[in-house]
Amino acid sequence: MSFIPMFFVIPLVSAFLIPILGKIYKPLVWIVSTVASFALFVLALYGITVTQEIPMIVYKMGNWPPPLGIVMAFDSFSALMVLVISIIVFTGSLFSLRYMSRYTGQWKFYTLFMLITAGMMGVSITGDLFNMFVFLEIAAISSYALVAFGVGAEELEASFKYMIMGEIGGLTFLLAIALIYAKTSTLNLADISNSLQVMGHTTFFWMVLGMMLFAFFIKAALVPFHSWLPDAHPAAPAPISSLLSGTFIKVLGIYTTARLVFNIFGLTRANDPLFFNILIGFGLLSISFAGLTALSQKDYKRLLGFSSVSQIGYIMLGFGIGNYEGVAGAIFFILAHALAKGLLFLTSGAVVHAAGTRDLDKLSGLGERMPTTAWSFRFGSLSLIGIPPLVGFFAKFYIILGTIKAGFIWVALIAILLSVLTLGYLLKIENSVFMKKGKTDAKKAPFTMRIAMVFLVVLIVIFGIGFQTIINFVVGPAAHALLRGLEYSHLVFGSFIMNF
Amino acid sequence: MSTRQGMSLIVKTVTNIIVGFIFIYGVYIILHGHLTPGGGFAGGVIIAGAFILRFLAFGSGAKSEKKSLNTASMFESAGGILFIGIAILGLLLAGTFFLNFLPKGTPFYLLSAGIIPLCNIAISIKVGAGLFSIFLALAAMKYVMED
Repeated sequence: MSFIPMFFVIPLVSAFLIPILGKIYKPLVWIVSTVASFALFVLALYGITVTQEIPMIVYKMGNWPPPLGIVMAFDSFSALMVLVISIIVFTGSLFSLRYMSRYTGQWKFYTLFMLITAGMMGVSITGDLFNMFVFLEIAAISSYALVAFGVGAEELEASFKYMIMGEIGGLTFLLAIALIYAKTSTLNLADISNSLQVMGHTTFFWMVLGMMLFAFFIKAALVPFHSWLPDAHPAAPAPISSLLSGTFIKVLGIYTTARLVFNIFGLTRANDPLFFNILIGFGLLSISFAGLTALSQKDYKRLLGFSSVSQIGYIMLGFGIGNYEGVAGAIFFILAHALAKGLLFLTSGAVVHAAGTRDLDKLSGLGERMPTTAWSFRFGSLSLIGIPPLVGFFAKFYIILGTIKAGFIWVALIAILLSVLTLGYLLKIENSVFMKKGKTDAKKAPFTMRIAMVFLVVLIVIFGIGFQTIINFVVGPAAHALLRGLEYSHLVFGSFIMNF
Repeated sequence: MSTRQGMSLIVKTVTNIIVGFIFIYGVYIILHGHLTPGGGFAGGVIIAGAFILRFLAFGSGAKSEKKSLNTASMFESAGGILFIGIAILGLLLAGTFFLNFLPKGTPFYLLSAGIIPLCNIAISIKVGAGLFSIFLALAAMKYVMED
């Protein structure tokens, strides 16, 4: 028995079981989705242990060898992404039990929830370009429906805008795939990598890369392609906002960018400094522009949405630095930001559940009424700002360290100064929602919601204190997997093919 | 009331004659998916077309539409489970996900190509029920608007 296909088989099977089981006994839908996501979490931990010894596990679908059939290529970077997804999906599913109770048609929610999980899992483990597109669209189309789940005017408008932007990106990616297929006659990532190396850095090479990056930057919501995110993420139900901001934009935007740039197109800082400087430019633009915009927001979730755009900038900055510390920092930041932003969006859900509004001017006095939510918010925002010993500090620290090592002192200074913006906008929520005295009839968050939030707080603290272990066993191998560059194709075609 | 629903008598009669042929043609496309152009998706679309034609010609009320929508979504999930079940069977019986574990038979015969015809049937159930439920969801908008 192999565990690789299980990463998308489990969510797909539960997605199709949920509509049938939901008709028999309604609470079953939540149980199925929670059990499935917990199983994914356990599998992801197992995946981390397996990738310690084996650099790349290649799984042949239907036993067809790599250039002919679809392969799943599972290395340390995939293992990390799968772990991040499973954590956020598990907490989101726990959180949904009480949060979704005011919506009708819950089985639709859980079906889409599992489909989006299957799509993201597939993107992070596939070794085939077209397969990547298919999984990407499964995740994207489910997310359009989930953003519109409330079917109010705000949700529908946000979803429509998001769908148009997302599909422009998706179809550009498809066009790029068609061009690559026409030129190289293959869709296998490792095979494409070999063909592109033979071809050299021609105009075609840069054009296709540009089209793909355009698509991924839209999915990742980097400034100037970010305009859909501050509408779409707040409009979705809170567990979905947590999933979208926590993992979705990173898997569909950042993971794909990093994988293609480093492993398939084989670019390195030493050979193509201009390209990596452009990535740094995009990173700094996102950090500053979205950070400043977030300061002036009056909506709890919209502020967090702009914050996500800003934080994605740090990840892109780390990849743009391109040395070990920078890439490791960026990967660590993916993990840290997923935990922190996932947690912050869950607290927004608890606040909306209790007080019924997201308007920062109307919310007050919740700090005393909802202590667990308030403290979860504090831990999440301290981690996001980068206060030791929480996990966010070490992630940001590695990025800054890489920036200084690469000789970009000015970039490092700007990045440090701009993290004051993070402090600024998160204090705004803290001040008006949790600290300000005011009358409110809000009740404590329900038990399952608190469990989900506390679980993430515990992970933030543990990963922060044990950061050396995380660097050694999770983030470090993932950074090495990326920095291996073109060795990726040798590994896929090489001797590590086995039936795991 | 029930007799006045839907379109004229001519349309209803023609539909009654033709709907069976469309259905059979869909089944033919599905079952010969591994031999001729077409397959699960195309056949499923044709079968959904037969259902949609009947619905358009005869019309229906809000209640029966909702019931049909429920049934269609059940079938859609069943199709999905069937497809992934075939893939998992490959994993359980022969150790590889999506392995074509059945005997391949002689090429160009109806009973050949291992699991491919089974996959086509599963896909056709999923696609047919899916398309039909999309149609029903659009038709049900009418009742949502009236509320």
